[in-house]
Amino acid sequence: MSDVIPMPVGPAGGHVRLGSNAGQSMTRRDGIAKVTGTATYAADNRPDRLLHAVYASASIARGRVTFLDTAAAEAHPGVVMVMTPANRPPLAIHPDEKVGMFGQKIEALQDDGVRYAGQPIALVVAETLEAAAEGARLLAPRYEALPPRIDIDAQPRFEAETVGFGFPAAHAVGDLEAGLAAAARVVERDYVTPAQYHNALEPHAIVAEWQGDRLIIDTPNQAIVMMRGVFAAYFDMPEENLLLRSPYLGGGFGSKAAVWGPQLLVILAAKALGRPVKLALRRDQMFGPVSHRGATRQKLRLGLDAEGRLTALEHRAAAVGSSFENFFEPAGRASENLYATPAMAMSHEGIRIDTGTPGAMRAPGEASGSAALESVMDEAAFELGLDPLEFRLRNYAETDPATGNPFSSKALRECYAQGAARFGWAGRPLQPRQMRDAAGLLTGWGMGTAIFPAPMFQATARAVLRADGSAVVETAAADMGQGAWTSLAQIAADGLGIDVSRLEFRSGSSDLPDAGVAGGSGHTATAGSALFNAGADAVAKLAELATKDPASPLFGAGNAAVVARDGRLMLADDESRGEAYEDILARAGLDLIEGHGKGVRGEAEAQSRAMFSHGAVFAEVKVDPDLGQVRVSRLVGAFAAGRIINPKLADSQLKGGMIWGIGFALQEEAIHDPRTGRPVNADLAGYHVPVNADVPHVEAITVHEDDPFVNTLGVKGVGEIGITGTVGAIANAVWHATGVRVRRFPIHPEDLIG
Amino acid sequence: MTLSITMTVNGDRLALTLDDPRTTLLDLLRDRVGLTGTKKGCDRGQCGACTVLVDGRRINSCLALAAAHDGSDITTVEGLAQGDDLHPVQAAFIAQDGFQCGYCTPGQIMSAVALIAEGEAGDDPERIREGMSGNICRCAAYAGITDAVREATRRMQQDERRSA
Ligand code: FES
Ligand code: FES
Repeated sequence: MSDVIPMPVGPAGGHVRLGSNAGQSMTRRDGIAKVTGTATYAADNRPDRLLHAVYASASIARGRVTFLDTAAAEAHPGVVMVMTPANRPPLAIHPDEKVGMFGQKIEALQDDGVRYAGQPIALVVAETLEAAAEGARLLAPRYEALPPRIDIDAQPRFEAETVGFGFPAAHAVGDLEAGLAAAARVVERDYVTPAQYHNALEPHAIVAEWQGDRLIIDTPNQAIVMMRGVFAAYFDMPEENLLLRSPYLGGGFGSKAAVWGPQLLVILAAKALGRPVKLALRRDQMFGPVSHRGATRQKLRLGLDAEGRLTALEHRAAAVGSSFENFFEPAGRASENLYATPAMAMSHEGIRIDTGTPGAMRAPGEASGSAALESVMDEAAFELGLDPLEFRLRNYAETDPATGNPFSSKALRECYAQGAARFGWAGRPLQPRQMRDAAGLLTGWGMGTAIFPAPMFQATARAVLRADGSAVVETAAADMGQGAWTSLAQIAADGLGIDVSRLEFRSGSSDLPDAGVAGGSGHTATAGSALFNAGADAVAKLAELATKDPASPLFGAGNAAVVARDGRLMLADDESRGEAYEDILARAGLDLIEGHGKGVRGEAEAQSRAMFSHGAVFAEVKVDPDLGQVRVSRLVGAFAAGRIINPKLADSQLKGGMIWGIGFALQEEAIHDPRTGRPVNADLAGYHVPVNADVPHVEAITVHEDDPFVNTLGVKGVGEIGITGTVGAIANAVWHATGVRVRRFPIHPEDLIG
Repeated sequence: MTLSITMTVNGDRLALTLDDPRTTLLDLLRDRVGLTGTKKGCDRGQCGACTVLVDGRRINSCLALAAAHDGSDITTVEGLAQGDDLHPVQAAFIAQDGFQCGYCTPGQIMSAVALIAEGEAGDDPERIREGMSGNICRCAAYAGITDAVREATRRMQQDERRSA
């Protein structure tokens, strides 16, 4: 790319430009490792003298374990340890206490109680995987079972104190009742969303090895340095004695940003046995202790004036959590920042059932809430006789409805326009059941608006320029598929003003500077800012040397008059005057120069601007009129998410999110047996996720957006927004095809026939 | 009980002693032979992460007992590249961004190699999608996977024509 966009670089000065590496569709730097099978995921580690662990899962959902045949398991050839609550070595912190900011009660054999089906009740360690599996089977547990509380609608509701990660459970702006009273029309609808499970293709895994009082754990993790601290706390050890390695995650989606009970048990076993121990969860165990998206019941009420403008927006969500912990899907929050309304009210109730505790799953709250909001918007548009896109444009928010703050940037109008044009939305009949394709399939078009916050967390990074002009940068980022190995390297190279091919990137390990969490779609913005600033800091020091050195062509120039690119420092207004980094370092007699950087959002910007990515998603579905089978034949999304660092990778992220929307709308749901409380479809044959044949045509457009406020990079994030908007768009298209409005997700064929 | 079997894995003839007859082909490859490129996603034939070629056909190695494959010729993802030269399917997966986390990728690639050899799908994206649907990608890199299979198919046909 030839156009270089000058960017302010924050604390370090004005001589670094973004654009020579960022903005390019580089292929993944970890690509060769991943296609040749040499990328090492946690369970691929095979240290010498490795033992294998399997844990036994509770087959009841509530009660206690009264008997485990530990003798039978221990007698099985190859079994070396059977860990139960009776002999589990102590942890420094009780698993029912919370550790750290995102801490939750976890299950680590603290007692014989069972609080959900699939809870770990014993760990068997053996010389081989086969022996451990057989040992776990031989435990043949007996229980004292209580009737499971699993029927969501039979459980009492209560006012939730907080939702999600400690967010306020209720929020109101203006006078809702007055807004409803002033409305010419009120549209009120109820929607249901199910429990969903992350099901990263890589099951949670750990290999733990003690070397004296040092602990090395290989485990996929989305918040490497923070979780090192949490692990260390459970074992009351200095953090620096613990090395957590997570170079590649086989998918995370939120479930790997935590510490789970089975990991602690494996670390305990490794210590007790003096040998490394490996555990990889079975697929059915991915439906147990490692969190999920909780089910919701949502009620939305729209007050509308005669022109179809909102006078009031009410979103009441009941979110299903576990019996013992407080994580509730913050679905109502999805309605706070999208459509202009003088009055809004959001609130959440909690419902407790006997399940594992839910947690963050790709767009937690936003996905479920958007499904309901975009559905009710479609229903209202139809009642008003308006095109669904026109209806949304009439309710376009010029400022953030929740705070009144201006948006840092918002190219949603362009998203609507580009998405609609690309899809061919114009001419869509208002009435449903008007279109059929050549094969006689009912055809429908629907749309939805996408929105997702653009947060930043905190990160630090180190950058070192070497005497030969190459560089190494360090931060403990997590690549769970979003492409951190590549896009962060691109940003770092721009910070240093070198070509990315000259850059070595060290990441994915807890002995590096803290990159924060890969979550909330904020990792590129946060870790990227830290890397960029670290590079800029190193370059600023280099410029300091050059401009003070009479032998340098840059002598006497002010710091701000210098630019860095392609490994050279140059005068901004005369790029022929400059010199290579190598020369500056050589003259100064230095082997290297080191810079440090932080990634954190300025408080002033955070308080004064609303920061969101936006998008518009258009869906075409085909429905078999006799069988009710739905196929998403086309999906087009247009997204404005600030600066796109790597268009190829962003495209993959956005499409991945949209395809998750297909799963949400049509496939994914965990079904629990009301008698036992067990999930009956805890595998990939019963819990359906989209496969290749489900996705004939998906397109993601990125709409240009400059945002000077989110961070110096102008980066928002693309990891989660794709699922928002898409679910509603598909549901609306299904209605448009069939005339049947389904308000319970996922939409089943039987909902559409008969 | 121990069993002795022989297998050819990526061209190497291996004499293996199975100390446990329950060992699957997948666990044999990963834990005994040390080829961890092949992944375990479900261990019950539902995800395709463990796809390898046995005598040229793609199978889910988690559903295969190692002992039942005495004498077989196995190809895993580690056996595709010739030194630094990637197999056309591997190269196409990188070029088309046919993966994100990469965990399904060895299985997808082995499946794609077999699909192309089966010759049933050709350049038809719909048949490719159908033929690749035994391999789940939770990151949903499906568009890139389909494009990669098409690109590799075309390149391999060209190569064939050239060498013919
Ligand atoms: S691991 Fe074999 S099909 Fe999933
Ligand atoms: S790339 Fe992650 S599962 Fe396919």
